[in-house]
Order: sequence, then structure tokens, then C-alpha cells
Amino acid sequence: MSSTVGTATEIRPFNIDVPDDRLEDLRRRVAATRLPSKELVEDRSQGVQLATIRELAGYWATDYDWRKAEAKLNALPQFMTEIDGADVHFIHVRSQHEDALPLIMTHGWPGSVIELLETVAPLTDPTAHGGNAEDAFHLVLPSVPGYGFSAEPTELGWDSGRTALAWAELMRRLGYTRYVAQGGDVGAAVSDAMGRHEPEGLIGVHTNLFVPALGGEMPTETEQERAAVEQITVFRATGFGYFLEMATRPQTIGYALLDSPVALAAWMLDHDTDSYYKIASAFVDGQPVGNLTRDHILDNITAYWLTGTGASAARSYWESGQAQAKAAGQAPPPMTLPFGFTTFPGEIWRTPRSWVEKAYPNVMYFNEVERGGHFAAWEEPELFSEEMRAAFKSLR
Amino acid sequence: MSTVETATDIRQFQVEIPDEQLSDLRRRIAATRWPTTELVEDTSQGVQSKMLQELARYWATEYDWRKAEARLNALPQFMTAIDALDVHFIHVKSRHEDALPLIITHGWPGSVIELLDVVDPLTDPTAHGGSAEDAFHLVLPSIPGYGLSEQPSELGWDPGRVARAWAELMSRLGYDRYVAQGGDQGASITDAMARMAPDGLIGIHLNLLSSYPTDVGAALFGGLLPAGLFKRVAIAVLSARAEKKEPEALDAVAGLFRRGYIVEMPEHPQTIGYALNDTPVGMAAWMLDHDADSYEKIARAFLDGDPSGGLTRDHVLDNITLTWLTSTPTSSARLYWEQFRTIFAAIASGEKTPELSLPVAFTVFPGEIYKAPRSWAEKVYPNLIYFNEAERGGHFAAWEEPELFAEEMRAGFKALRNGSS
Repeated sequence: MSSTVGTATEIRPFNIDVPDDRLEDLRRRVAATRLPSKELVEDRSQGVQLATIRELAGYWATDYDWRKAEAKLNALPQFMTEIDGADVHFIHVRSQHEDALPLIMTHGWPGSVIELLETVAPLTDPTAHGGNAEDAFHLVLPSVPGYGFSAEPTELGWDSGRTALAWAELMRRLGYTRYVAQGGDVGAAVSDAMGRHEPEGLIGVHTNLFVPALGGEMPTETEQERAAVEQITVFRATGFGYFLEMATRPQTIGYALLDSPVALAAWMLDHDTDSYYKIASAFVDGQPVGNLTRDHILDNITAYWLTGTGASAARSYWESGQAQAKAAGQAPPPMTLPFGFTTFPGEIWRTPRSWVEKAYPNVMYFNEVERGGHFAAWEEPELFSEEMRAAFKSLR
Repeated sequence: MSTVETATDIRQFQVEIPDEQLSDLRRRIAATRWPTTELVEDTSQGVQSKMLQELARYWATEYDWRKAEARLNALPQFMTAIDALDVHFIHVKSRHEDALPLIITHGWPGSVIELLDVVDPLTDPTAHGGSAEDAFHLVLPSIPGYGLSEQPSELGWDPGRVARAWAELMSRLGYDRYVAQGGDQGASITDAMARMAPDGLIGIHLNLLSSYPTDVGAALFGGLLPAGLFKRVAIAVLSARAEKKEPEALDAVAGLFRRGYIVEMPEHPQTIGYALNDTPVGMAAWMLDHDADSYEKIARAFLDGDPSGGLTRDHVLDNITLTWLTSTPTSSARLYWEQFRTIFAAIASGEKTPELSLPVAFTVFPGEIYKAPRSWAEKVYPNLIYFNEAERGGHFAAWEEPELFAEEMRAGFKALRNGSS
């Protein structure tokens, strides 16, 4: 029994300590996997390849060590605080540079705060990572409700917009009165929603997934625009099943994601062609691309498994679908705050500057970089950090 | 081995699952790690926790696979290699010599299990309210990759190739004048058979309108596909067919394509395949999430002890358990991948769908995903000899309402008996 009563806005320190028996149970399940027969093709066209899953499962059940991931997380200041009825987990690293710019970065699906860990040092301690003291950020990395160590929503309505409101409250609670927000994937939707909501203190937004393209048709006047539309078309024609299933039947797929570690791994690896082949190469050829190593990939998958959040994370797509249906084609409120965007070349589609300028009237920054894909912060943390420095420079 | 089997050998077959496979299944079900309950009070987030937990409880404790095995083994079952692949089939000859041979093909997420209760009424009509002239000789094959047939180990087993294999099977059985029937994927295969018009096939009956004329689909390509390719193709094809006069049916088809399974299996059967092959409860959920009508009926069987017709707890689990024990959920999903690949290749090449001039009979069961209007059926099948809307039944018509389904077979094919074909 605790002798003190916590107030609703209390911020509690948090550490992860997964019991040994849960890790043994996981290894036992991975080892007992019933694999299907091999796909009948030599590429990704029927989905995640058996050779990739075999290597992943073999490594996961034997050599992989979750305790290293746990230690990495626990080496950072982690907290819990209840916002809007849900316990929110977040990492909060203050820079030694007092006038650093506060930055809240949101992960996506199939990600978690784990995809952002390698950016902590370059962003908060730039002088040790090729930058100046003026590049420093105070960093807040929350887990979206239903993902990782945040609590699962127990009621309907936790779409990106509600998460955005919770983040504004989190930043206010942390005492930040002038901050910026960033995200890719689901995190881009949350950051975009924050920008449109314009909470007090938020002064700018950067994303690395172009959210407006998910909502409707985009111009196709230039060659770059046509190329991007073609990429979106291919994605929708060949890689959309996971999206549609989670947006319409999160509970149905949720049973498999909770009960079979290998099912969860396959479902999470099947996100986009570029990241899939990079990850497959890490497992099958021992050739990771950037920071997308076997251990880092399994850290993220294992976090989903241990927290049992496969279904609750899928429900966030269902909520987005509901929100979209409710909006029924109505334009969202405009984003007038300064907006930055970086196109990473391996992203599902390469967003042209013209689209960014059309959707966001106040573009402060646009760049297309040389390397990186959908999981930009994870794959290329140094390059990603340089983009953060450059994008937000004008707001300091 | 003292004898050499010829390639066209027909071998007798019995199902015998080792005990350890059954105890492994029960162990896995009992060890299920459940997600939290859905956040809605209806089916809008998918298969409901309450229903699946009751299914799992019954499956792990009371359900007896040996009864299903005995039912299968009580029927004459065979294996024969066709097109380099072992095909499993049930073959029940009627005692009425001039019975009409009929090959019925199951669908997804089905198997021959969904057809077992039609065997008696179709082959022995005098004991089931019919006359000797209603009798059929019955052939019930398992689609390659489904249940007890072998899994394809090479590409190309689309509905057309299965249709060719069925024609070879009927010829091998010595039938030179026969009819074919199917719903769901069985309808795609039966439709393909009729377009191929192999020697001996004199007519077909369908209970799902599944044919997608590729010449209509070709008009749809180009530009952005905001609603997803498959959905757009299907809706536009059916719109063109219906000339937008059938809004209810169109909405129902659109609803079908709002389900993830119909997109995931044609896109990435292997990805979902890892899940389906490794978790019994995950596989059961995927198979039950087919259509609203059958889901509600099956949920009633488990939660209220009030099954609809033949969709009892045991029958539903017989089918799910067969899929688990044969490790075929992934290979069965690949049929969708093959099917869509063929459709898109035909669209890309501008190839026309072969004409279908054989007589076609069609029955609409009211709970089906969409109630195909007669006008649609006539458009796709100009030689429509029979059209009826039955009183009861849904997507799994033969399974749910075997007697009513058998009556539809009798009526649907009546015109093709004893006549000149």
C-alpha cells in the first residue's frame, strides 16, 4: 500500500523490469513456432519471406538479449503521467545547454520509442556529435497510448487528434512554453494534428511522412509529382493489406498478434518494400543498413510482445479510420505554424517540395536527403538529427 | 515396393491424425495469450473476444476431432495425382444408375467439411423427400492447398488450373456427361470450368456471382486509386454490370472490400500465413471473420447454443481443425494471390474472358454477402436456365441448409437430365 495519494498530474519516474518467466515464455513460443511452407516466389511479392523469418526466429530464440534493450531504456530518464485518463510513458532528456529548444518526437507503427533512441545523444548533446551548443534540444519521446509502455486506451476516441491534445498537455505539464514537434508515420499524423490545433507554446512542426497524401488526390503536374503518385499507387495496390485490416478489423488480427511471436514479427516487418529488404538483409545476409540491426529490430518487436500491445496499436488505425469517416472529406483546420519537411529517399513515396508547399502555407524548411527510408530516425540517426537542427534553426 | 503406380492411379484414402498432433493443438489453445477486449459492443472491430474465448474453451475441452474423422472416413475417399499434385476427393455413387454426376467445389474458409451433409440428400434423394430422378453421383474434391489435397509447390494454381484439374478428374472417373457447382472460390473454379467447356460438362450451378469479366476491368485502369485497387476493380465491374440500378447489392459488395482479409490474402498470403499456421485461435478468428451473416450465426452457435441449421459448434470446428491439422491456412490463402494475379495479367494484356455458352443455374441465398439480382446474373450468364431466391441460408449455403441446398440442385439441374445436351 502506498501511503501517499498521487495527484492526477503527477509525473512518476519509471523503469522497465520484465520478469524472467515472460522472457522464457517468449523463447519457448518462438522455438515452438509452426512455420508454413515457403512462399512460391523469390521476392517479397507474396509477403515476408520464409528465409527472413527463419533467421529472425532462430536469432530471437537463442542469441538475442532483451536485457540490453531494457538497460538502454532504463539508462534514460523515463516517466509515467496520467493524461486524459490514460497513463502515458515518456522519455525526457534535458540537454546540458540551458537554452536548448524543447522537441517532442512521436514514433509510428510498427514502431515505438525504440526507433528514436539513437537520436537522443545527437539531439541533446550536439557538441559531441558534430554540432554546436546552439543545435541542442530538450527531448521528449512519448509512447502513443496503446503502444509500448503507455497504457492501452480503455475507451473509444484515441485517434491522432486526441493524442495531439495529450502531447500539448504533456509539454505544458513539463513546463515548456515554447517548443516544437516532430514525427514520421503515425507520429507525423499526431504532429500534423498538433500543428493544426496550435496549442499554446507550440511554435513549429517537422514531419518526415507527408500526411495530406493519405487524405486525397495530389497534383500530378510535374514529373516528380507523377512519380510520387505512382509510388503511392503501387503501395495501395500491393502493400495495403496490413493497413486495411488494422483500420477495419483490429481485433481479428489482434488475436494472432498477441498469441504468436512470429506472427507479430512478420506482420511488423511487412510495412514497406524499402525497410523490408533492409531488415531482411540484416537477418539473412548479416548486412544491416545503418542502424536497422538485428538487435534493434528485435528490441522493437520484443517490446510489442512483452507489453502485449499488438491489438491496441492496431486499434489506433481503426480510430483513424473512424475519424476520417466522421470528417467525411471536410478539410482539416489549416496549419499556419512554420512547417518543415524532409524527404528520405527510401520512404514509401518521395514527397516533392511542391506538395509540401501546397498543403502547408508556411513552409520554413524543405530538404531531400541522400539516405534513409520510412524509419529515418532509426536507420540514420545522425543524418536525421542534422535535419532537425537545420529545420528548426529559424525558430531558435 | 513391388508395384509401380501409374500417374493416373486412384488410391483409396483415409484420414488418420496422430494423437500427438491433437494434444499439441489442445495445448496451444489452452496457452493462448489473449488481447484485451475490443472497445465496441458490436462486430465493428472484428471477431469479438467473448465469442472467441467461448470457442477456444469448447475447442480445448469438449470438442472431439475423431468424430469428424469418422464422418470423413465413413465416405469413400481417394487420392489421385493430377498435374503433378495429389488431389483428395470424396466420391459417392448413387445407387440410382442413371444419376447425374455432379462435382461440387468448396470455397474459402471452407473445405469438403462444408459439403458433407449434402451427400445423403443428393445421392439418396428417395430417403430425403425426392425421387429417384433427382439422384446425383457426387464428387467433392479438395482444392489444391486446401485440407487434404497436396499444397502446390509451384506458381500457377489459379482457379483456371484447378478447373482443368477437375475436368481431368471427372474424365478419369469415367464421367462423360456431368454438371458442376460451387459457391465462394468454388464459384470461381466452376465458372472457369464452364468457360473452358471441357468434354462432358453440360451445365453449372452457382451460389455466388464471382465472375469478373476482364474486358470491363480494363476500362478502369490509370490514375490514382484512392479506394484501393481491388475494391475499385470489383465495385466498378459490378457497377458497370448493374448500371447502378442495384444500390443495395453494390453497397454490400463495397462492404466486402472493406474487410482486410480480402486485400491481405491476395497481396501477402505469406505474411498472414505465419500467423495462421502458428496460432489456432488467431487462425480461427481469421476464418470466422468472413461475412457479417455467417459470423452472427456462428457466434449464436457458440454463445447462445442456438446454431443456424448445419452451422453447429462441432461443424464449424471440424472445418477449422482440419485446416489447422493439415497446415493449410497459408497455402489456401495463396489461391487469392494466384486469382488476382491472373485477373490483373488478363487486364494488362487486354485478353477477353472466354465466352460462356453452357447452361447456368443460379440460386441466391438471402444471407449471402450480396444478393445478386437476376439482372446481374443474366448479364454475366446469357444462357441462364434457372434463377431462384431461396428462403433461408447464407454464404455457406450447403453447410447451413443442406436439404434446401439439395432441393436447389435438383431444381437447378432438372432441365439437363436425360435430355439431349
